[in-house]
Amino acid sequence: MGARTIIPFGPQHPVLPEPIHLDLVLEDEKVVEAIPSIGFIHRGLERLAEKKDIHEMAYVSERICGICSFTHGMGYCTAIEAVMKIDVPERGHYLRMIWSEMSRIHSHLLWAGLLADGFGFENLFMQSWRLRERILDLIEETTGGRVIFGSCKIGGSRRDIADDVMARLLKELASLEKDCHAITDTFMEDSTVAKRTRGVGVIAPDDAIALGAVGPMLRASGVASDSRSLGYALYPELSFAPIVEKDGDCWARTAVRVREIYQSFDLIRQCAAKMKPGPVDVKVSGNPSGEYWARLEQPRGEVIYYVKGNGTKNLERYRVRTPTFANVPPLVHMLKNIDLADVPVIVLTIDPCISCTER
Amino acid sequence: MGLGKLSFTALKGVFSKPATRRYPFEARPPIAKSRGRIHFDDGKCTYCSLCELKCPPDAIKVDRQGRVFAIDHLLCILCGACVEACQKGSLSMDAKHGEPWTEKQKLSWHTEAPPKPSGDAAPKA
Amino acid sequence: MMIENQPLETVEPAKIAEYAAAKRAGGWRLVQISCTSLADAFELTYSFDKDYALQNARVIQPREGAPLPSITASYLAGFTYENELQDLFGVRLSGLALDFKGQFYRLRAKTPMSEPHVTTKPAAKPAANPTPGN
Repeated sequence: MGARTIIPFGPQHPVLPEPIHLDLVLEDEKVVEAIPSIGFIHRGLERLAEKKDIHEMAYVSERICGICSFTHGMGYCTAIEAVMKIDVPERGHYLRMIWSEMSRIHSHLLWAGLLADGFGFENLFMQSWRLRERILDLIEETTGGRVIFGSCKIGGSRRDIADDVMARLLKELASLEKDCHAITDTFMEDSTVAKRTRGVGVIAPDDAIALGAVGPMLRASGVASDSRSLGYALYPELSFAPIVEKDGDCWARTAVRVREIYQSFDLIRQCAAKMKPGPVDVKVSGNPSGEYWARLEQPRGEVIYYVKGNGTKNLERYRVRTPTFANVPPLVHMLKNIDLADVPVIVLTIDPCISCTER
Repeated sequence: MGLGKLSFTALKGVFSKPATRRYPFEARPPIAKSRGRIHFDDGKCTYCSLCELKCPPDAIKVDRQGRVFAIDHLLCILCGACVEACQKGSLSMDAKHGEPWTEKQKLSWHTEAPPKPSGDAAPKA
Repeated sequence: MMIENQPLETVEPAKIAEYAAAKRAGGWRLVQISCTSLADAFELTYSFDKDYALQNARVIQPREGAPLPSITASYLAGFTYENELQDLFGVRLSGLALDFKGQFYRLRAKTPMSEPHVTTKPAAKPAANPTPGN
């Protein structure tokens, strides 16, 4: 046994867009243990529910994260609607699903770029983000915001997509889908990408379940678990099956996300075909009383929104369990007995979102 | 990748237009319905303070007696709740993102109350 | 929209480790542990999932008294949640497999979410009725 060295990884590190700290215990070049710690950007948003009323908290929820913002707002609204027994109109649900799938495409393209940057493929990084820019423009056109959509509220959605805008959106998405193949083919077929990701950071299905992995992490290990199958919003109306890969390594996680981009394009088309004209929201009055755990599928995995209302306009408890928080134990597990040079790639393949984690 | 494809890609790069916009000289036109900045029209405002009530970050302060409307654009999250709440059409959402703020400031407007008997200043009371 | 059926059962604080072990043996996945600060106790909820079915276990842990047994023996993934309980709420735990001793969340303030949530409070904003001298 060689001498042990501890290398601090983060909170500032080129591969980390957000601060998480890992103490990597090394024996020569091998990582034998990783000790995580968080809290650098803890904002206490959960306690803000005491100051902001239930309608304002929808905006706060969206600001938990800058990438999966829409699903956060939608999760909160779903939880409150379940407590207050609000029936959201069909078109409201379809709009929400379209926006949440658009945010999934945008998130996965952003992540693909970060991964490419993580293993030093600068060009692929720029091309991924160039495509992401186009989906951001579509998001801005339909919701008014690029990152914070602000289009979800308790009782439905705040905006409608006009038919001409929808036609243009579908046309642009079809052309974007075609262009995406150029970068995703590189991720799937390029030998340099495979060299850095194949067989790296393998997590077995049993371990993934035992360690509480969620989202693409879990599906890449061969477990077909996707919260969209739970039937929130109107997902049961769409033809949809979780995307599963077998290997459980970094390459499998990349493949799951790449295939999910195309799945999202398909889901948006299905939504657009099934949407009928009608109201997008209902008027909400009264205050929530009761509790509910809303589970939604974010780009990063399952998110839990727990709300507990006591009949006042402020919630008694508002808790968010974000996918990255659940993916920290699997990350620590994967970081054992690997080379130091593989740490950035493995950290990136859980798609870390630390702002989410700490709320 | 064959040499032919490689040289084709290289030549395409040389002769095609730049992929990026030459920003300071050529700005992107604002996207319609984008949430750019809150625009206040002081002629229509009746200082009812509905916008203040609806504002999630409390960026808007309205003095009903003194007839003052004040907005802190740095606190504003551009959600548009005030625009939806405004009954008189005095608040609107500008699609264009404004110039950056160089210092912290609150913009405020004040109008004198219209003469009581006639009330012709406001189109609809 | 489908509203999920979410059964909730109450578990004694001392029994939670055995309860979790039984869930683990039954093939359940630990979804989350949440905590609400009440005036004299912590209201904890352990959520488990099996084939998209959610099962919640409610534990009322008094602020004083015996520390809460950890479930990390059966669910190692629980260390993040349990360290969160320890760091943010000040819940005392025993038998943690990975105890960060308050260093998991590197915060300036210790146990910032420990005080009970304010449940009744006056309206934060002025009422819609005109108030003189606003």
